[in-house]
Amino acid sequence: MIALFFRDLKLSVRAGGGALIGILFFLTVVVVVPFGVGPDLNLLSRIGPAIVWIGALLAALLGLDRLFQAERDDGSLDLLLMQETPLVITVIVKCVAHWTATSLPLVIASPLLGLFMNMNEAAIGATMLTLLAGSPAITFIGAVGSAVAVALPRGGLLVSILVLPLTIPVLIFGVSASYAADQEPAPFLPPFLILIALTLFFAVIGPAAAALALRNTAD
Amino acid sequence: MVLTGRNGSGKSTLLRVVAGFLRPEKGSVTFTNSGGRTNRRPSEVSHYLGHRNAMKNELTIAENLEFWRSFLDDGSQAPTASIEDAAEAVGLGGITHLPFGYLSAGQQRRFAFAKLLVAHRPIWLLDEPTAALDTNADKLFAALIGEHQRKGGIVLAATHQPLGLSNVQELRMKSFAGGEAGVWGA
Repeated sequence: MIALFFRDLKLSVRAGGGALIGILFFLTVVVVVPFGVGPDLNLLSRIGPAIVWIGALLAALLGLDRLFQAERDDGSLDLLLMQETPLVITVIVKCVAHWTATSLPLVIASPLLGLFMNMNEAAIGATMLTLLAGSPAITFIGAVGSAVAVALPRGGLLVSILVLPLTIPVLIFGVSASYAADQEPAPFLPPFLILIALTLFFAVIGPAAAALALRNTAD
Repeated sequence: MVLTGRNGSGKSTLLRVVAGFLRPEKGSVTFTNSGGRTNRRPSEVSHYLGHRNAMKNELTIAENLEFWRSFLDDGSQAPTASIEDAAEAVGLGGITHLPFGYLSAGQQRRFAFAKLLVAHRPIWLLDEPTAALDTNADKLFAALIGEHQRKGGIVLAATHQPLGLSNVQELRMKSFAGGEAGVWGA
């Protein structure tokens, strides 16, 4: 299992891996917004957390369709399915590797992009913290979509569409917790705890559903 | 055992049923070990070598084999070949530092076969194992399969080429055209 984790990490940073694509996309989305919105610094800092969250969400979804499809294309998926280890564990390990390779860099890059949006320290810290807590949920939800669409030749967009409604709660609570950090009356903790609950919930449901979908993909 | 038959007669399907990817419409597949125990699924004790090689182009051969070696390790004490020994066994020692994608189709196939040697499984399910291979490699594979049989392993291979194996049974699959069911038994 540890071998699988490190193999997936290696694959994602080598040629054709998705790690760099995601972070470049994130950068592009967030950097373009100030040009579109104009130089109103107050407005930028007000919409900052939301823009950073939306950018991270879309960037995280970008590479997810390849999570199982790449394995299927070269026949590795068959071998992963055959083993004694429960498939759920294999899926979890793949999700964790995918999150480490693609979403963790987004979390690390988010403070820099927060500066572009004229966010203050509290908002930047809160956005980074909520992304750290919320982005695993996106990966686990995306794994289900990826598993369902594994046999489809152009499943990329389909995966995003299938998965997007489920990621909306994560987005809502992530952004509201980020706002609460620097706007006084709103409390930070309740939305943040719900965000963590969502992540834990999908960490259980997601891999189980993905494993079920993979088992029933007969080709 | 060698499965032969025309294209579309169900050779690959039978292998995929044994490997547990497809549910059989009728009947079941069970694995009984030499102690008479049937508590393991057949897929857990099998190697499956399909049309695709299950190796990553971006990784080196050694990384690929090392991954499958540790991933397929089931904790049994059965001896397995080291990476370099397995590469030697398929006649391609000394190039395991190259990315898998650099190799020719035949070399890739040989290393996909080497994957069977680095982890122990008593049953080998081989789907067209000698596609894209030269006659030399045919002999090599026949020798490796023979070696596996001598150690008490079972090989189930779907093939068109005569593998040059002694001591084999043949299951000829009839095509389903005309509503005729497959004929079972060697």
